[in-house]
Amino acid sequence: MGVSCELGFLNMAAPLSVEVEFGGGAELLFDGVKKHQVTLPGQEEPWDIRNLLVWIKKNLLKERPELFIQGDSVRPGILVLINDADWELLGELDYQLQDQDSILFISTLHGG
Amino acid sequence: MCEVGEDYRASAPEEPPLTRPGREQKCVKCKEGPPVVVIRAGDAFCRDCFKVFYVHKFRAMLGKNRLIFPGEKVLLAWSGGPSSSSMVWQVLEGLSRDSAKRLRFVPGVIYVDEGAACGRSPEDRARTLVEVEQVLQNVGFPSHVIALEEVFGLPPSVLRCFAREPESVGTEGAYKAAVDSFLQQQCVLGAGGEEPWSQPRPQGPQSLAGPPTAVQTEALSRLFDSVKTLTAKEELLQTLRTHLILHVARTHGYSKVMAGDSCTRLAVKLMTSLALGRGAFLAWDTGFSDERHGDVVVVRPMREHTLKEVAFYNRLFAVPSVFTPAVDTKAPEKASIHRLMEAFLLRLQAQFPSTVSTVYRTSEKLVKAPREGCAASPPGPRCLLCLCTLDVDSADSATAFGAQTSSHLSQMQAPGPQAEAGTPTTLCCCPGLGGAQGCCAREDPRACVVEQLCYGCRVNARDLPSLDSLPPYILAEAQLRSQRAGGEQEIQAYLLGDHDDEVLPGGS
Repeated sequence: MGVSCELGFLNMAAPLSVEVEFGGGAELLFDGVKKHQVTLPGQEEPWDIRNLLVWIKKNLLKERPELFIQGDSVRPGILVLINDADWELLGELDYQLQDQDSILFISTLHGG
Repeated sequence: MCEVGEDYRASAPEEPPLTRPGREQKCVKCKEGPPVVVIRAGDAFCRDCFKVFYVHKFRAMLGKNRLIFPGEKVLLAWSGGPSSSSMVWQVLEGLSRDSAKRLRFVPGVIYVDEGAACGRSPEDRARTLVEVEQVLQNVGFPSHVIALEEVFGLPPSVLRCFAREPESVGTEGAYKAAVDSFLQQQCVLGAGGEEPWSQPRPQGPQSLAGPPTAVQTEALSRLFDSVKTLTAKEELLQTLRTHLILHVARTHGYSKVMAGDSCTRLAVKLMTSLALGRGAFLAWDTGFSDERHGDVVVVRPMREHTLKEVAFYNRLFAVPSVFTPAVDTKAPEKASIHRLMEAFLLRLQAQFPSTVSTVYRTSEKLVKAPREGCAASPPGPRCLLCLCTLDVDSADSATAFGAQTSSHLSQMQAPGPQAEAGTPTTLCCCPGLGGAQGCCAREDPRACVVEQLCYGCRVNARDLPSLDSLPPYILAEAQLRSQRAGGEQEIQAYLLGDHDDEVLPGGS
């Protein structure tokens, strides 16, 4: 236990607690559960929407990933709101998550 | 725009092609508030300006078209989805404003439970209905919660077009006069301020009949299970839903139906209709008003709102909606033409944000013009299912389509006396050609129905192996029409008319 270890710890992003919500039918892919309180583990790179999507695909998505994710972004037709604001205003995939953020995915596709 | 060559390449800038508005920007309208949503390609609005913008679009759409007269009964078709929920909410808010600007019609709401067509269990359907009734209770308009199974009880008259009353035909003067007289009436009645729909209001939602019987649910499931493709299923569902809503509107005296189709949906619908062979009817399928039924006019006040705007508005202002799985929920992208078109348009829209609005503006330019030379003559026969004027020539024997249809039909007919009547492509009970009356009932009921359909509906009918599982009103009306056509045929034969081959003494 020395100074070097503590500095190494500071380089990691701290675990984040965020709320992930699904609407417009997207919740069907997540067992019908709309709101998920999520704790993202601390890691080297800061958490952004891109990483969050990867995390969601691995840990929350129950079925049919192609109906939610396309490439490294969401499928066209799925809106993303960060703290009730359009993600286009916040940098879309590059927005860096902060503690207690609320991310909402609304599907506008027919039938969800 | 679409230039190929060095010019285009050279001018591609290093920065991203779209200037993305950032959070540090202010609302483009009021220049003060923090922006929350980006509309179109780069306009950031704050919450309040967005609300004003959204509401104004709705009111302007109704006001500019001047089709809804004061005091008129309007049925709001609510599917539970975001656009129609937003529409109902706008109507609710619009009716409760101060008297100068309030909306002036009498609303009702209809919700169609399509669970049987989607294969949902009775428990799921009951759960959804509880949520639906909750929302309808809060809205407070007279409401009709109908199960799709009730199509089995519809009368054949629902497929007929009735003429509208002359005074409801809108001219500038007529609309203005109606508004003025309505305002005068309001003054006379005093400042009672009672909403017109709150007088003999029934308590809570009312249904046409009780919950659907198991037999009907079974029949409906069987019908939809027998349809071979998802495309045809969606089209059939839409057709039956339209008939049901039309019937309710007629029975309860509603002269208008408001549908919640948004800009995005209509753009997809336009492209899908083209792919389905319904190009002739685009103006009716996607325009603001659809008068094909005659006495009941369908209007689409949400047609300028994109789904993004709708979703944001519903979220920011807590508009209640009830999500119901549809026939194509969780279907893969290539499962139906509708899904494919939607994916195509939305993907294009992601890179070219003016895609949807361009398609939409094209649809605005479509004009409902009658075919040349038919302006004076009475309107031709209508499609049995979609009720648009038929776009197929019954006597069509020259084109590939005509040959294909008739050869298909003549294969199904046993050669009999009618084969000797003329050309090999003579079809029985086809209006315009000779045929024994009532022969189709004995020979081939399917041919009877199919030739009363427009091209698009015929293509869909191919995916329906047996027409017997269709609700009885469709088959009954088909039979009625062909018998009538056969009867007219016989009468025509006895009338002296301008037949070329008849030699009349003394000239005609």
